Amino acid sequence: MLYNEPHPLEVRVLTRRFGLPNSQSIDTYLATDGYVGFRKALEMPPERIIEEVKISNLRGRGGAGFPAGLKWSFVPRESPKPKYVVVNADEGEPGTCKDRVLMENDPHQLLEGMLIAARAVGAETGYIYIRGEYRYIIEILDRAIEEAYARGYLGRNILGTGMNFDVYTHTGAGSYECGEESALLESLEGKRGQPRIRPPFPAVSGAFGCPTVLNNVETFCAVPAILRDGGAAFAALGTPRNGGTRLFALSGHVNRPGVYELPMGFNLLRMIEEVGGGIRGGRKLKAVIPGGTSCPILKAEECDVAMDFDSVAKAGSMLGSGGVIVMDETTDMVKVAVRVMRFYQHESCGWCVPCREGTIWLRKILERLDAGRGQPSDIDLVAEISRNMLGRTFCPLGDAAAMPTISYVQKFREEFEARLPKKVAVETPLVVV
Amino acid sequence: MTFSPELEAKFARLVTHYPPGRERAALIPMLLFAQDEVGAITPEVVQEISRRLKVSPLEIEEVVSYYSMLHKEPRGRYHFQVCTNISCMLLGGAELFEYLKEKLGIDNHGVTPDGLFSLEEVECIGACSWAPALQVNYDYHHWVTRERLDRLIEDLRKVS
Ligand SMILES: Cc1cc2nc3c(=O)[nH]c(=O)nc-3n(C[C@H](O)[C@H](O)[C@H](O)COP(=O)(O)O)c2cc1C
Ligand code: FES
Repeated sequence: MLYNEPHPLEVRVLTRRFGLPNSQSIDTYLATDGYVGFRKALEMPPERIIEEVKISNLRGRGGAGFPAGLKWSFVPRESPKPKYVVVNADEGEPGTCKDRVLMENDPHQLLEGMLIAARAVGAETGYIYIRGEYRYIIEILDRAIEEAYARGYLGRNILGTGMNFDVYTHTGAGSYECGEESALLESLEGKRGQPRIRPPFPAVSGAFGCPTVLNNVETFCAVPAILRDGGAAFAALGTPRNGGTRLFALSGHVNRPGVYELPMGFNLLRMIEEVGGGIRGGRKLKAVIPGGTSCPILKAEECDVAMDFDSVAKAGSMLGSGGVIVMDETTDMVKVAVRVMRFYQHESCGWCVPCREGTIWLRKILERLDAGRGQPSDIDLVAEISRNMLGRTFCPLGDAAAMPTISYVQKFREEFEARLPKKVAVETPLVVV
Repeated sequence: MTFSPELEAKFARLVTHYPPGRERAALIPMLLFAQDEVGAITPEVVQEISRRLKVSPLEIEEVVSYYSMLHKEPRGRYHFQVCTNISCMLLGGAELFEYLKEKLGIDNHGVTPDGLFSLEEVECIGACSWAPALQVNYDYHHWVTRERLDRLIEDLRKVS
């Protein structure tokens, strides 16, 4: 089901089947070039598949933007251990709701992406790790998996080629940290979602200690088109080093929030104005979080930026997970900072001290600032604690909490200052002898 | 303790999804599916799953306490999970949560005396572009307003 109208400016590659009748079924999928990319991949040597993904300039859509082809090339094919393909469908980054629509509307596209990855690295088993709240999507995926087995696209001797590949869904049970790749793998093994020390990276030692390709849902969903139409065609849709389109989840104070597929490098202001229909109530734009709450905020005057990984990084933030959160002039930035920190404090797994303690203290100080009980030194203290967390935590959750917080107090310092209690004249206490 | 035949079948399949000797991997899905049927992670559920997966009850407790969807106390028949995270907050999610507290007369994590409703403030549920959003059990509700909440609660009261 589609929750928002598509927009004419969209370039629909991954979402091309959205809105078709029975877009979830394998018949619709096969009738619209489904599994064509996989059939091509079956005729290619594995290195050629990886080469094609490299050419496409596909970068990870989970947040970090790591080149997918390069990541796949790190998997030691010659290792005697079994290899795994793991889909990160934990989608927990606040502001992000794109993987959900990809799986809901076109589950076979994800399965095809997994099959191509399996072929490229020699994997025989795949898991889709999906957040527990997405129960209905697990059902959709399980049905699609069943169809794929019935038609010979999964299981033993796939399409008579001798290739074997099994796919299973695996539910999480409520934890943002389990979206972090190494915590996800712990969770997949039935444990608390605590991150693993790296290296070794999952490509070498991932699921059950074996070589693993682990990517975001959207990353896998881009792969069938890359094999079908060629990596160069996909690359050409985007900007240099940032291939293809991506799904942006536009939310907040725009007239037409929604998930839209746009070419990499699409201008942010134009996205807000033309695709999102501008700011609600004719108000003025104040700020945008361009890629989920883990990304530093951009002030309105910083928003004339091309939405690709490199350009947004140059502007001092990150493209992240594609969650574009738009705020109008009425937005209270202290409240935003508090709410975001409450989230990270709640989700910190507690494994390492700087993140566990840092997020607790930041939450406390931000809350007292918001309540008008802060001290002038608190504002700098927030920035200082955040800076001290950077790079000192086991997994990037600490950075994800600290980086945006620094941006709030730096860019909207006056709002924090305005919250400080007015100096009240302290009465001299009566000395009663 | 016994589970329904459907759940038994699900469990039987589940343990085959993981490499031999790694059946513990089925733990979190089993806990969640069992909770859906039983209503909570009761000591009996822990015992039973411990026996089946050969994981000690203590290790299971460790896991249960980590995951926010796993809970030891029963909830209402309709568990309202209101997102107040950023995108929902910008469009009134926090106010909706306060409204529900008042309307149901319960606090965060509370259950109404008749056992019909319970309430929880939750983090982003992946519905940000259609905010404010909430889930009742596993069902999504988008673009929630007070009026729509009133109607929803009325309907749920009627069917039960
Ligand atoms: C705290 C934290 C949460 C994360 N959550 C997610 C998530 O929900 N989904 C996701 O795909 N990646 C998430 N990531 C990124 C993953 O660790 C990993 O980089 C990604 O899944 C790799 O896939 P990609 O290269 O295709 O992006 C998270 C990272 C961190 C540090
Ligand atoms: S912020 Fe409420 S659903 Fe994402």
